[in-house]
Amino acid sequence: MSAHTTHAGSTSTAQPHVDEHFSHHVRRYLFVFYALLFGTLITVGASYIPFGNREINIAVALAIAIAKASLVACYFMHLISERKMIYGILGFTAFFFIGLMFLTLWSFSDNPHNTITH
Amino acid sequence: MQATTQALPHAAPHEAHHEEAGFWSQYIFSTDHKVIGLQYGITALGFLFFGFCLMLMMRWQIAHPGEPVPLVGPWLASSLGKMAVNGVVSPDLYNSFGAMHGTIMVFLAIVPLAFAAFGNYLVPLQIGAPDMAFPRVNMASYQFYVLGGVIMFFSFFIPGGAAQAGWTSYPPLALAIPTDGQTFWLIGMVFLITSSLLGAVNFIATVIQLRAPGMTWMRLPFFVWAQFVTAFLLLLAFPPLEAAGVMQLMDKVAHTSFFLPTGLAPVGQLANVSGGGSPLLWQHLFWFLAHPEVYVLILPAMGIVAEIIANNTRKPIWGYKSLVYAVLTIGFLSFIVWAHHMYLTGMGTRIATFFQTTTMIISIPSVIILTCMFISLWGGSIRFNTPMLFVMAFLPMFGIGGLTGLPLGFSSSDLHLHDTYYVIAHFHYIVAPGTIFALFAGIYYWFPKATGRMMSEFWGKVHFWTSLIFMNLIFQPMFAQGMAGMLRRMADGGANYSAAKVPGAIGGLSQGMLGLHTYILWAAVGLGLAQIPFIINFFWSISNGRPTNSDNPWQATTLEWQTPTPPPHGNFAQVPVVYRGPYEYSVPGHATDFTPQNQPG
Amino acid sequence: MEIPYTVQPRPDTGLYNAKVGIWLFLASEVMLFGALFSSYILLRVGAPEGYWPHGWLNVPVGTCNTLVLITSSITTVMAWASLKMNQFNRFKFYHACTICLALAFVCIKSYEYHDKFTHYEIILNNGHILDGHLRESTPDHVVISGHAVEDPKELYDLHAVKNPPKHEEITVLRSDIKKMERYGPWHNTYLAIYFTLTGLHALHVIGGALVIGFLWGPGSKLWHTDPERFTNRIEISGLFWHFVDLVWIFLFPVLYLL
Repeated sequence: MSAHTTHAGSTSTAQPHVDEHFSHHVRRYLFVFYALLFGTLITVGASYIPFGNREINIAVALAIAIAKASLVACYFMHLISERKMIYGILGFTAFFFIGLMFLTLWSFSDNPHNTITH
Repeated sequence: MQATTQALPHAAPHEAHHEEAGFWSQYIFSTDHKVIGLQYGITALGFLFFGFCLMLMMRWQIAHPGEPVPLVGPWLASSLGKMAVNGVVSPDLYNSFGAMHGTIMVFLAIVPLAFAAFGNYLVPLQIGAPDMAFPRVNMASYQFYVLGGVIMFFSFFIPGGAAQAGWTSYPPLALAIPTDGQTFWLIGMVFLITSSLLGAVNFIATVIQLRAPGMTWMRLPFFVWAQFVTAFLLLLAFPPLEAAGVMQLMDKVAHTSFFLPTGLAPVGQLANVSGGGSPLLWQHLFWFLAHPEVYVLILPAMGIVAEIIANNTRKPIWGYKSLVYAVLTIGFLSFIVWAHHMYLTGMGTRIATFFQTTTMIISIPSVIILTCMFISLWGGSIRFNTPMLFVMAFLPMFGIGGLTGLPLGFSSSDLHLHDTYYVIAHFHYIVAPGTIFALFAGIYYWFPKATGRMMSEFWGKVHFWTSLIFMNLIFQPMFAQGMAGMLRRMADGGANYSAAKVPGAIGGLSQGMLGLHTYILWAAVGLGLAQIPFIINFFWSISNGRPTNSDNPWQATTLEWQTPTPPPHGNFAQVPVVYRGPYEYSVPGHATDFTPQNQPG
Repeated sequence: MEIPYTVQPRPDTGLYNAKVGIWLFLASEVMLFGALFSSYILLRVGAPEGYWPHGWLNVPVGTCNTLVLITSSITTVMAWASLKMNQFNRFKFYHACTICLALAFVCIKSYEYHDKFTHYEIILNNGHILDGHLRESTPDHVVISGHAVEDPKELYDLHAVKNPPKHEEITVLRSDIKKMERYGPWHNTYLAIYFTLTGLHALHVIGGALVIGFLWGPGSKLWHTDPERFTNRIEISGLFWHFVDLVWIFLFPVLYLL
């Protein structure tokens, strides 16, 4: 998002341009808001659907959560128009976060086979 | 004298409205990165000394189990009461000393000195910035550090004493010990972690945003790259330990069972906790930080070594690009090797192989860095001043430390060596005659920039040779002891496992191995005495050292040497412009054998 | 020499300093909450079959809190947008809403915590188990509003219970009680991670509300002297606030629904 310099009380000709530019953004924010509200309701609703397998409920809930989180990150936090530097920082963070989660879980599930007792 | 260097040492800063700051805001509550760097440095050196004293008392107990500590025994008895009856280091006290020696050396001494002190002072200067990006956050980070340090220090004097479960603080032991030392440790750690996080944010933002015009990424001094990667390690690796620390604190204070398994029965009675937790979870979260942490301990040192080698060989560092890519690779890989500290926890072979592989791979960039440093010496016009002696010793010492890590990195050989004295020797070689030597070198090297005076070369060389000899005498024998099976953290030095105590036992520790403790003790005392010339030299030279005849006595190329001495508030009168790389020494055709980075043309 | 790029962005990165700073800080927060979420997964996967709680949290109340935070997110971004459009009074209105919503969140959370802290599991000397909310407590007896269970496993997966038992007033003599424990973090690892995750999150809500409150109040003076710098501060605090919302977007389904 480009930084528009505004000064308190200024009546520059840039002002209406800024307002019009921003009302476009404001509409977008409202759409995201409605989407988030909707997402919340379907998350709750989906949790009551008996898929049979609990894992499917987990997958559905996480998928909706990721979608909602992406909306907040991309639009409210302006990530969709952010700079490469920020993407870089977040990319590394995501990699290490996944590493922590995945490797820790793997270590708990990877057990020694064919030991003396079993 | 360079055109951009101010002639007047007390050049007035640019802002007309800048008033003279009072004592408190200039020296205690300063937001100036140089003052904060010095604050960190002095505090960290104090903790380094304190951690050293803890070690001396431990080595005494190991070499003379059950005997009162000479000199300080009576004081120990009077201040610590039950823990030091008659001035003897009791097993509980030994464990406290061990846990706190590690904690203090890592978190209160080396990291604050290597990263926060040197980094804060030099990084803004070397990139041509007026200060850190967030000066008030910088001040806050120092204050959190002091708070954490005070809590850690005072934990010795509460009933029951300080934490006793190692710097690694493994549950259930850490939680089963019924005293409050562990709680103090955990709260202290939360403050220290917060301090590091604030510092890391500052460093990274500063390097990204405040580089002077012309200071491109590939013109940065290697020291800045090293600090930059170090800051990323701290930023992303510390939070899981903060989370784990909070969870262990909950276990201790709110009686949760994050790390306490079901069926736990300390002293034979079922613990009154819900159970269902996992001790291994703590280990994963701890080592997720603690492995990158060891790279935090070494990378700033490597940065210092590169600067001093370039300057004292009068030629550019060999392989600048390799160094940069290597340090970035180390930073990245260091996040996925941590479980090599956990090979003996019963992990499966697949995951052990994964961690073993990444551990072996990470040795490659480390070797690249060391090789580049070694090759840099070739063909150099070497000046053997005190800083250079320390960094030249760093190279083989770090080499020994690094190479002895290899048998520890292989899960098969680690079966034999895990938790033995071999491990102690390995990591101390890296940190003690490794990092600390680089830090000494840095102090001798940058002292003239901060004070305008040189430290005594003669006493510097005395300090160097004695430290080098005694460091090796202390840690070399430990490799042998470790391979013979002597375990870590034994308050009696292994007497209970000696062949004499258990005749006929396989692998009982021989008298020879146990006897080495006495030599090590004397070497440790020697090392302590060897620091006295350094301490006197340091303080004496502040007012009485030989004045430098210029702002750039070492004739160095990097920007910190192109400022007045000491650099004023705001560092540079005008924004410096960078025209060249960081190591333009002996450029053919130039009148001088060095060309500062901000010299045009 | 002044510190550059405090308000104007640096040309090659396109960012001003505080924006880099806050994203770095948020990266560290991702690792912090990530470690806690990893712990949650580990503890849940490691729990014996049938002994991991389900349905222990009030879903309508949690949904309400979720909607509160989402609304506070839109008011936060609207507050910043108002400043960008030079509408200071609108900014004041929107951020006043944000602060009120934050307080509402904390109040609702406190109510939920209170509910847990008054909920007891009582194991009697004869091995029977009672479970319910404390209504009355005297030195010789307690009165709970709850039910008795045969098998302790019935207390865990409340979703699996076909007919929710009727709650009635039960009086128990203290001398009959072997162990009486409330649903605090010590009660089991689910509650431990629940209180830790939501407690840490709530601390972030309070911290964020304090910062936004300061900027709404005394800090808003900066608008009159350096409006662009002030707008950036609102953006930075907004980014933190959105992150807090983001964490809750994951916390809610994980703790309440699954």
